[in-house]
This record gives sequence, C-alpha cells and structure tokens, in this order.
Amino acid sequence: AGQDVGRSCILVSIAGKNVMLDCGMHMGYNDDRRFPDFSYITQNGRLTDFLDCVIISHFHLDHCGALPYFSEMVGYDGPIYMTHPTKAICPILLEDYRKITVDKKGETNFFTSQMIKDCMKKVVAVHLHQTVQVDEELEIKAYYAGHVLGAAMFQIRVGCESVVYTGDYNMTPDRHLGAAWIDKCRPDLLISESTYATTIRDSKRCRERDFLKKVHETVERGGKVLIPVFALGRAQELCILLETFWERMNLKAPIYFSTGLTEKANHYYKLFITWTNQKIRKTFVQRNMFEFKHIKAFDRAFADNPGPMVVFATPGMLHAGQSLQIFRKWAGNEKNMVIMPGYCVQGTVGHKILSGQRKLEMEGRQILEVKMQVEYMSFSAHADAKGIMQLIRQAEPRNVLLVHGEAKKMEFLKQKIEQEFHVSCFMPANGETTTILTNPCIPVDISLGLLKRETAIGPVPDAKKPKLMHGTLLMKDNSFRLVSPEQALKELGLAEHQLRFTCRVHIQDPRKEHETGLRVYNHLKGILKDYSVQHLPDGSITVESILIQATAHSEDQGTKVLLVSWTYQDEELGSYLTSLLKKGLPQGTP
Amino acid sequence: QQHEELSTKKLRLTKPSKSAALHVDLCKATSPADALQYLLQFARKPVEVESVEGVVRILLEHYYKENDASVRLKIASLLGLLSKTAGFSPDCIMDDAINTLQNEKSHQVLAQLLDTLLVIGTKLPENPSVRMRLVEVACKHLTDSSHGVRNKCLQLIGCLGPVEKGVAKEAESQAAKDVQKIIGDHFNDQDPRVRTAAIKAMLQLHERGLKLQQAIYSQACKLLADDYEQVRSAAVQLIWVLSQLYPESIVPIPSSNEEIRLVDDAFGKICHMVSDGSWVVRVQAAKLLGSMQQVSSHFLEQTLDKKLMSDLRRKRTAHERAKELYSSGEFSSGRKWGDDAPKEEIDTGAVNLIESGACGAFVHGLEDEMYEVRIAAVEALCMLAQSSPSFAEKCLDFLVDMFNDEIEEVRLQSIHTMRKISNNITLREDQLDTVLAVLEDSSRDIREALHELLCCTNVSTKEGIHLALVELLKNLTKYPTDRESIWKCLKFLGSRHPTLVLPLVPELLSTHPFFDTPEPDMDDPAYIAVLVLIFNAAKSCPTMPALFSDHTFRHYAYLRDSLSHLVPPLRLPGRKLVSSAVSPSITPHEDPSQQFLHQSLERVYSFQHLDPRGIQELLEFTIRDLQRLGELQSELAGMADFTATYLQCQLLLIKALQEKLWNVAAPLYLKQNALASAAAKQILEETYKMEFMYSGVESRQVVIIHHMRLQAKALQLIVTARTTRGVEPLFGMCEKFLQEVDSFQRCFISELPHMQGSFLDKLLDLMPRLVTSKPSEVVKILQTTLRQSTFLHLPLPEQLHRATANIIEPTGESDNPLRFTSGLVVALDVDATLEHVQDPQGTVKVQVLYPDGQAQLIHPKPADFRNPGPGRHRLITQVYLSHTAWTEPCQIEVRLLLAYNSNRSKASTRISKSTWSESLEALPASENGIEGTIPFSKPVKVYIMPKPARR
Repeated sequence: AGQDVGRSCILVSIAGKNVMLDCGMHMGYNDDRRFPDFSYITQNGRLTDFLDCVIISHFHLDHCGALPYFSEMVGYDGPIYMTHPTKAICPILLEDYRKITVDKKGETNFFTSQMIKDCMKKVVAVHLHQTVQVDEELEIKAYYAGHVLGAAMFQIRVGCESVVYTGDYNMTPDRHLGAAWIDKCRPDLLISESTYATTIRDSKRCRERDFLKKVHETVERGGKVLIPVFALGRAQELCILLETFWERMNLKAPIYFSTGLTEKANHYYKLFITWTNQKIRKTFVQRNMFEFKHIKAFDRAFADNPGPMVVFATPGMLHAGQSLQIFRKWAGNEKNMVIMPGYCVQGTVGHKILSGQRKLEMEGRQILEVKMQVEYMSFSAHADAKGIMQLIRQAEPRNVLLVHGEAKKMEFLKQKIEQEFHVSCFMPANGETTTILTNPCIPVDISLGLLKRETAIGPVPDAKKPKLMHGTLLMKDNSFRLVSPEQALKELGLAEHQLRFTCRVHIQDPRKEHETGLRVYNHLKGILKDYSVQHLPDGSITVESILIQATAHSEDQGTKVLLVSWTYQDEELGSYLTSLLKKGLPQGTP
Repeated sequence: QQHEELSTKKLRLTKPSKSAALHVDLCKATSPADALQYLLQFARKPVEVESVEGVVRILLEHYYKENDASVRLKIASLLGLLSKTAGFSPDCIMDDAINTLQNEKSHQVLAQLLDTLLVIGTKLPENPSVRMRLVEVACKHLTDSSHGVRNKCLQLIGCLGPVEKGVAKEAESQAAKDVQKIIGDHFNDQDPRVRTAAIKAMLQLHERGLKLQQAIYSQACKLLADDYEQVRSAAVQLIWVLSQLYPESIVPIPSSNEEIRLVDDAFGKICHMVSDGSWVVRVQAAKLLGSMQQVSSHFLEQTLDKKLMSDLRRKRTAHERAKELYSSGEFSSGRKWGDDAPKEEIDTGAVNLIESGACGAFVHGLEDEMYEVRIAAVEALCMLAQSSPSFAEKCLDFLVDMFNDEIEEVRLQSIHTMRKISNNITLREDQLDTVLAVLEDSSRDIREALHELLCCTNVSTKEGIHLALVELLKNLTKYPTDRESIWKCLKFLGSRHPTLVLPLVPELLSTHPFFDTPEPDMDDPAYIAVLVLIFNAAKSCPTMPALFSDHTFRHYAYLRDSLSHLVPPLRLPGRKLVSSAVSPSITPHEDPSQQFLHQSLERVYSFQHLDPRGIQELLEFTIRDLQRLGELQSELAGMADFTATYLQCQLLLIKALQEKLWNVAAPLYLKQNALASAAAKQILEETYKMEFMYSGVESRQVVIIHHMRLQAKALQLIVTARTTRGVEPLFGMCEKFLQEVDSFQRCFISELPHMQGSFLDKLLDLMPRLVTSKPSEVVKILQTTLRQSTFLHLPLPEQLHRATANIIEPTGESDNPLRFTSGLVVALDVDATLEHVQDPQGTVKVQVLYPDGQAQLIHPKPADFRNPGPGRHRLITQVYLSHTAWTEPCQIEVRLLLAYNSNRSKASTRISKSTWSESLEALPASENGIEGTIPFSKPVKVYIMPKPARR
C-alpha cells in the first residue's frame, strides 16, 4: 500500500527480525496484481524460514484478502496474529469474497474454503494491550484503533527498537466504536495510514443529524427509505443510529435489514461488546444495543407493503442484488428516498443517480424514471489530517512512515509532520525499501557493589541526567558486563600493571633543595585547597597520590628540577599539576 | 446528675487500665507478629483524651526497642491516629516524634512518621515555630531515595509551609528558605508520584493563601508534556491557578518574537490538553476552561473554530452552510450531491494542522469519546457563554448539535446550558428546527427541560413562532401528559413575542373575514394551548383583541377563571379590567398585608386584660382574618396559616379549660370530657402539623410548639384523671408526664428564659412538689397552672412555607373505570408537584384508600422525585393497585402523606449534637419513636373496577 490504497502489505525488518504487516488484496484488479508480490520477500527458500510472524490489523479485505493465498498457496506456516473479533469475522468475508470470484466469475486457481479454514488455524488471537512474545526477542502488542470492530494498531518491539503499525484507524468516536488510543510508547517508527491526509472533517454530529432528519421526515410523510450499505462496518453504525433514534422518538415505522452475511456479523458485534464504545459498553447489561428492537430481518415480499419503512440493503453501490431490486420498485414514487452513505464507483447506478441522472437505462432497454429523492451522506471511519497529527502527538515517534494513501496527499502531510514535530517522515512507493537509522541502546549489567561505590562519589545523582562512571567493560559470551577493574583483572587472570608518568619541571631557584620544596608545598597548598597536600619528612611533597620531589640540577645549582610522578588513574590531576608548576612559583614567597 | 457522676467515675477507672493493658500486652509479645496483633486490637477501640499521652509514651518506648519494621510502622500510624483525638494537644509528643525520625532506616516507617508529623502539625495551626521545625525536618528528608518519603515530605511542606513571608524571623529565615523553590525543585523528580506530590503541595500552598511566583509558570508548562497522567492532570490545575493569579502579565511565544497575555497562553495550553491521551486529563482541562473568564474574545472564539478542508481545498462547515442558506432567504431544500463540494484552494503553507492554541478545543471536547468529557465541555461552554454574549452566539450551533447526543445526560445538560444562556441569544430558524425536533424525545425529562428552554428563548421570526407552536402541538398529541408544561411554555412564548404572534392570530384562530367558522371545542387541549399563546401575547399588544371573534371572548372569560395562572387579565373592549390586588413593585416591608398580619398578632398577644369571652371572640376573629389573608396573599400564606393554626390551638385550649364546665357535677362530666379530650387530641395533631409541615421553622418556634403539645398532654392527663376511677393507672401516667416535662426542660434549656410566666415556667417552679405528691394532687396543680399560665408569644421566622402537594395526574375526572382482573395488579400513574417539602424522598408517601376502608401506604422510589427548582419537587411514580373482584366500579382515593418521626425532629437532632453521650439512655422511650403521617394533598378519586377472573 505504498502511495496507494488497497493491497496493504508491509515488510518490516527490525533488529534482525522480519515481520509482515497485513496481507491485503486490491479491489481494482482481477489478475495477478490483485495480490501482493510475495517474491519480494525471498526469492528462494520457504517464507516460513524468512518471516517471524504476520500481523493482520483488521478484517477489511484490502488488509487480509490475500491471506489464504499467502499461507496456503504460496506457503507460510508461521504464526499469524490478529485480534479476536478480526479472527471471527475475517473468514466470513473471505468466504464471501471467494464465492463471488469463484462461483460468480468462474475463476479457477483460487483458494478454496478448506484453505480459508486451514489458514485460520494458523491464526493466534490477541487481546488489547496484551504483550505477546512471538519468540524470545520479538514481542507485539495491540492497541485499540476504532475504524471497524476489532481493528487494532500493533506495536512491534525487539529489544529497545520498536515500530508501531496503525492499520486503519479513526480518532473520532462514532455510534458504535470508540476512538483510537495509544500511549506514549515513543517508537522508532510509526507506520500510519493516510487516507484522508488532506482533509479535515466537519463534526459528525451535523451529518448524523441531517441523516436522521431526512429519514424522519420521509417516514412521517409516509414514504419509504432505502439505504444501500455494505454488510459490515458502517451498516452497524447506521443501524445503531436509527435504532436509538427510533427508541428516543418513539417511532413505529418498521426498519428492515437485508439478511445473509449481516446477521452472522451482527452476532459477532453482539459478542464483542468490549470492543465497542462507552455507551454500548455501559448499557449492555440492560440491553445489548446490537439486539435491535426495531430492526427486523427483511423479506423480499416486504418491499411491496404499503406504509412507511426503512430498509438497509446490500450492496452499497446499487450495482446489483437486493438493493437494486428494491430501488427499482421504489424509484417511481417521489415520496420515497434513497440515501447513499458512502462513495460510489463510476459506472454504478449509485454513481449515476448521485450525479443527478434522472432517467436510467436498465437491462433490457428499460428506462427507469427516478422520481424518489436522492441523498448523499458521508460516513467514514478513517482518521483525518488532524487525527493523524493527534496520533503522532500521542505516540511521539522518532520517524513516521506514511502508507495507504495517495502520493500527492501524502506529500502535503509529510511536509506538515516534518514542520510541526521535527521528525523525519517517509512515504515509500510500492516495492521501495526505506531504511531508518536507529540509535540502539545496549543494556549492560553492572555489579551492585560498583554501582553503589560509583554513585557515592560526587554529588547526589540527578536521576534524569546521564552519569559518568568508571569501570571495565567485559564482553563475554555475547553479554556485556561492567565490573570494577580489580574484578576484571581477576576474571581475566591478568596481573595488575602500574603505569606511572613522570615529568621534570625546571625552576629557577637559587635556594636550597628543601627550601624550594617548602615553597612548592606552600604554593600548592594555597591553590589546591580541596586536596590533601602533604610535606613528607624526606622533603618530597604528595598531592593525593602524586609525588613531587625537588632536586638540584647537577650542572646548574640555581636551577632546581622538580620531579612529578603520578599514576595513570590520576592523569587529570597530574597534568594539571605539571602545567601549574611549569608556570613557575610566585615571586616573593618565602 | 447522678448519672453523670457515674460515667465520670467509669472514665477514671478505665484510663490507667487501658494504657497499662497495652503496656502489659506489648511486653508479653514474644514475636513481632504477636505485637502487631496486640496493636491491631488496640487500634479498634477509641482512647479517651486524658489517657492519650500515656499511651503515646508507652508506644514510643516500645518503638525504640522494636526491631521489626512492620511493628514500627503500625506504631507510627497509631501515633498519628492518637494525635487526631479531639481535645488532645500533640505538642508534647512532637519532640519524640521528630527524634524517632533520626534513626529510622525503613522508608515505609519514615513515610508513616512524616504522616504523623503532618497530623501533629495540622493540629497546631497557631504555632508557627512548631511548623517551622516540622518543615525543616521535612526538607532534610527530601533527599531520601524512596518516593514515599519524598511524597510525604512535600505534602507536609505544602500543608505546613509558611504562607506569609514576613512571619519567619530572621534567625529562622535561613532554614525556612523559599518553600516554593524547594517544592519547585521537585517538579523534575524522577518519580512521577513525587512530581505529582510536588504540584499538589504547590496547589496546597496556593489554597492556604500563598501567592505563587510567576516563575513557576514555565516549569508547569513543561510538566504538561509529562508521561504520566496524574502529573499532567495536576499540572493543568497549577497552570489554571497561575493564570488566575497573573492574568495580565506577558509571556513570550517560543519560536517567535511575539508576546501574549499569560491567561491567553494558559488558555491555549489547557485547550491543547482537551485532546490529551488520558480522559481524566481531558475532563480536568475541559472543566477548568469554563472558569477562565479573562481570556480575550479572540482566543475564546478560536475554540469553536475548525477549518475544514477536503483535498487541500477549503470547505465550509455544515454550520456555515446552514447560516448562509438562512441569510440568503432560501429554504433548505434537499441536500444535493456535492452541495458540500470544496470551494477555494488553500495555501498549503498556511494550514496549521495542530495549532498551538485554542483552535477547536471545544469542537474536540464535544466530540469526545467519553461522555464525562462531553459533559465537562458543555458545562465549560455554558460558563464562558454566560460571561460573553458574542461567544454565546457562536457556540449556539454546537450546543444545538449536542441535543442529539447519544447519552441522555449530555442532552439534558446541554438543554439546561442553553436555557442558562438564553438571555444572550436569539435562535435562527434552522436552529429552532433542530431544537424542536427533540420535542419528540421519549424521555420526559428531556421534553420538560426543552419546554423550560422554550419559555425563555428569543425567536427571531413569526415563522419561528409558528413552527414552535406546531411542534408543541404535535408533542401534545403524542404525549398528552405534557399538557401543563406545554401550556406554561406557550404562556411565556406568547408574552415574550407579542409582535410576532400578532400577524399569526387570524390563522391560529382560523377566523375568516367573511365567513363564520365553527366554534372550536373548548375542552381540546390543543385549542387551549393556542389560546394561551394568544392571550399572553395580547396582554402587551392592545390591538390584538380586535381580531378575536365572539366566541374567543367567551373562551377567554372561561379560561381566565379556570386556568387563571396561565391566562393574564386583559384589557378587553367593553369590559372592565378586573384590577388585580397586588402590583409586584411593592416590597414586603411596606406591604400593607404584612403589616396587617403583624398588627393582628400584636392585638392577640395583648389580650391578657380581656375577659375570657372577649379573648375567645378576638381569637376567632383573628383566626378568620388570618385564614382569609392566607388565601389572598400567596406569599404570606405560610406565615398566616402557621399563626392561625397556633391561635386555633390556643383557642381550643381556652375553650376546654373554661371554668364553668369543670365545676359541674360528676355525671355531667361526660359532655365536657368529650369536648376536652377532643380538643386535646386536635391540639396534638395540629402541633405535629406545625412542626413538620412547614419549612423554615426555627428552634424558637419548635419550643413553642412543643410547649403547646405539653399543655395538650397535661389536658389529656386531667381529663383521664377525672374520668377514670381508681388511682392505679394514674400513677403511670403522671410519671410519664413528669418525664416528658423533664426531657422538655433538658432539650430546650437554652430557651427557658424566654418563657417567663408560661405553663412550663410555673410547672418547673412546682416541680419538687409535683414529684412527691399524689396523682390527684398533681392533676389539681396542673389544672390551676394551665388556667393561670400566660399565652406564649409566637415569634415568626423570616420565611415560612407550608408544604403543599398537588396531584396533577390522575385528575379524578374520568368516568371510565380502570378495569383489571382481580388478583392481578394495575399500575396507576401518579404525577404530583410538591412544594416546600424537605427531604421528599424520605417523607412523602402515597396512600390509597379502598372503599372497604382498607388503606395501603406506598413508598415511592427515590428516583421518582425530580427537583425542577429550589423548594419544588415533582413526584412521578406508578402506584400498583389490586383488589378482589367487585360487582360494580367504585372509587378509590389517592392522596399524598407526609410522614414524620419525632426522632428526626429538629429538637432531638439538637440534643444528639449537644449531649451526645447521654441522650440515648436519658431520653424516655416514648419520645423516641412517635411516627405518624399528615395528609397534605387533596385526595383524588379514581374509578376502578376489578373484574372477576374469567375461567
């Protein structure tokens, strides 16, 4: 889904692990192009060896349509992860898809029902916010994404590197689902959809209100309302909307729902209450909102019944099936109304009537005059530009990658993201690979004794700032340990060597050696107040562990030679002392 | 007195035993677990004030010896509990407590000890030096590595830190460094809990009156981006506080050279938090937004702004489109495909997707997932709109949208909000349309709230009025029970928009210039609704009556009489205006009726010099006057009724005590007995009414009422003494009466001085004699005192209202019996308004009286009561009826009762507060539970017919 919509399939290699995100099909093609090109993954060898896992974000066919083909026909035996509702509804849709392609279009070499079943056996279902350990290093975690029932965003983490894949998501709640939510997980990369990259939408309330008003007015007038829908997702939202409205307003006109696919799906909606929005979750104890009181199953004969009614019928674009049949029956009456809740592809009846055509040519040269009112209402469940930005703000990723959208629109969003969050943003095309540099952190074990000793030195640790520590880094058996030098020596069986630096400083001083020594001592004592400066009986001076000895120059009695000697550990202080002494002693001090 | 002595003795006995027992127990304890058990047991019992110190010493002693941290923890917490004991001054144990801190190693115990110190510190508010010391101790432990200890330290500093800077003496000032700085340093602590505690401590300081420094603002702003929700939530609060403290100071905008007012900046930041990840923070932010009223209007209006675009082209919002449609005068036709087609191109650079400001905060808040956030946003919107009319105008669209929320609470809240800001707004037609659509809601609350809203909205056009009327009538046909509320709503709608109603009148009355139209049905609620609208409009529009037809005038006369509260007096041609008695401009003080009330009372209280006949007459007159006054003057009704009742009691008493009757021979007792005992009974009843049916009764009145009751009881005693033969039963009665006198004296000891010359006053003088004398003598004494005692002056409280109830539904007019199968139940909807009832949930009952005399008492559910306004309640409930089969329909009576219980009375709550310890034993049992009910509504008759079950 690079720079286009459909056929979502993304490969992520993270810290040596390979994960495939979604496995969708493309609605627009009927040839090989409808499925992703899996030869990208590996040319030779089995997919199972190469991929560590496959994650499916939700049940829409452009996100899971190619799954049986991929797992059964191409061959993949590893784990497939999806949420419980997705796992439940996905096979219904796949089966439906298969029926249409094989039974109606008569295609061969397509996956069979058995393949769908086999494929589903490989699926591992996950809960929201449950961290699943795929193997020892790879872990995934699902977040709520809105969009459709069971849609999830996935966080994939290996060590301290992580990627978040959003799938499709919705940041504004609707009548049956809540809004997407993610915590501040600060992933290295956020892969976000960008269907509405250049759109900011109006409040959904206006749309809902308009919709309800239209329906209500028509019903009161005694007219019939036809709402062509696709079986899953929006249909449920509209049902809830109408159901609650009927309840609130005490309306009596019947609402029908065309049977088939929907009933099965509705059953799952009833089951997965925890995945719905606050209102439904709170009230399901009294009544499950999906147990519709006013909405009944539709029968073909009902269409001729007199009096007002509302019918939801599939498919959504009025191109075939039940919705078209009903449309034909009702189109002649101006009291009736058809409401198109979604986008219609060019060439369908839906598109024709939306663009204002009043006379339609049907099969068999019939001319159908459309007198009924035609309305368009857009209900969509993708995040708009604001929503995408909001998600980025919530997750605080270090890099963003846009998929599932149109290139031109992505360009705009990309620019905005870089401008406002100052993170780099990518938008690869299909087949393109983007490499992102991460800053991996390497955990190192430290012995408690050393830690305590080191923290005791210096000021109280300020917890959020990095702190300098001394120790020895041991790399052994693929693990890192920080230990004290003594222990490191012991473990490695090495003897300790002392490294001493010595340095001679010449000073012009006619006085005797021990007097010079005394002067140096006083001078240092005056400057280095925080250090212990000692004058030893043999005339040498120690500053901490640094030794300074003054001797007369063998040739010139007026020049004294100061021998400064320090160990490697005191390098800093030693060099400081030398430079201090090189400046000479102050004049006039006794 | 004996009693008290006994109890103090008890105290002395227990004191040493308690601490000693603890000591023994602790010494016996072999293991830490044992000791912990003893301490836990010990903690269950309260410790007397006198022994606290001893106990504390023992605990401390053990504390030093104890090695186990958990035991020390328990001791530390016990120390805190003990220092809380009322009356104990903990300064004596403070030093010890501080000492214990020094050697403590366990973090948990340290935190607990600091908590104890906090308790001690809060107990000694008047001691700045102690506080200084405690704060110092806390500062010392701030470097502890455990978050719990740091938490407690910050809490302690927040609660005890010096508030005024001048107070700290020079010597101590070094120690008491800038508390704010110390706390501020911990804003960056590594532990989120400590960060939260630091912010909370800062807020605590603010609450205690310390003026926070402005420098904290930038620190707090950084905390808004914290990872933890509790930190963010607290930081939002802190920013709000600062914005209220320094609204006008200027802060720079980062990454630009501009500067803005702090309050605007803070507003922008808090708005930003409305789209936070955590809903707790979102609720908090949305709530606080409402109280930021100094924000400049430019910023305020941004909160409602959300630029729409589609494919990079600017799009208008539905609101804008609706407005345009309206202003262009075009009627909203059906939506066309592409009606919302995007218009002009937007400059990509100019679009700011996440505005660093207030942009669209409310748009987000109102669309939030959680209804808590939405409610908070609506509330905030309400508060801001109240203070800014222009904002109110702008937010209207959004509020109207909220009328369609999925959660009823939110809808209700937004309707209420709209009502509150209705003074500032005028509804456009399309908005009105949406508002009116909600009238069909099936929830009664919503509909009624909407009616209230319509009462006070301004409508801009006559079409609007017409629309409203049509929708209301639709509502009326759908839900006939809303009748009253709809009429009331139309009353206000009419009186607010007379000029808009005027052009509609011919249409509404369906008059025709040439033809006579049929006369509408007078009982049709819809027709009445229309008339109510027109008549109220006509009040301020003198030209309107000219448009009325003959029958309209007749209907006016009828409605003016039957629904006088809805139909105003009109100046009609050819009719004299019935002048209403009161003009509202007169204030109560100069109100002649108020004066009249007081004068007539004065007259009554000065009757002492009159002969008994004269007194009786005077009382009768006054009672009559007062009752009439109450009928005329609704605002004085409570007062007048109350006094009239009191005078009535007095009158009864006087009549009962008339000498003539008492002097007749024994066989003739019968008559006066009947009269006297009936009087006594009635007085008792009336006193209960006086005590419980009026709201606003103060203790002064309660005394008088109780006194009257006492007199009635005395009367009862006398009557019984006269009629019963034998002395035995009298003993008990006398004793009981004396007990009552005693308890009365104890309850109202403070009021006794005001009762000079009263019955009780005299009785108390004679008390020693009464206690010792025989019943017959007692009766004699009572009789004379009763007769001699003066009439007590009843002081009137400021406000006095009689509890009233009015059953709206059932109306009792139906001739169709309610039929149901016997043995099964039928639900009867009861709808009643209650006024001036305190605690209706507890006291109001529904009584159903069947024709066979069987009575049934129903307790309505607490949820059945709604509270539409102060002092008003509404009871909407269902009563279940059932009975065995009847041969023909018959009427049952439904009425509301006010239940009372003398336990709950004001007098006994007073006792329970003052002498809590002894009241339980001291009060005679009889006083404890007198329960009864007072009917306070007119009974309504319902026709029912239980049919025999068919086989």
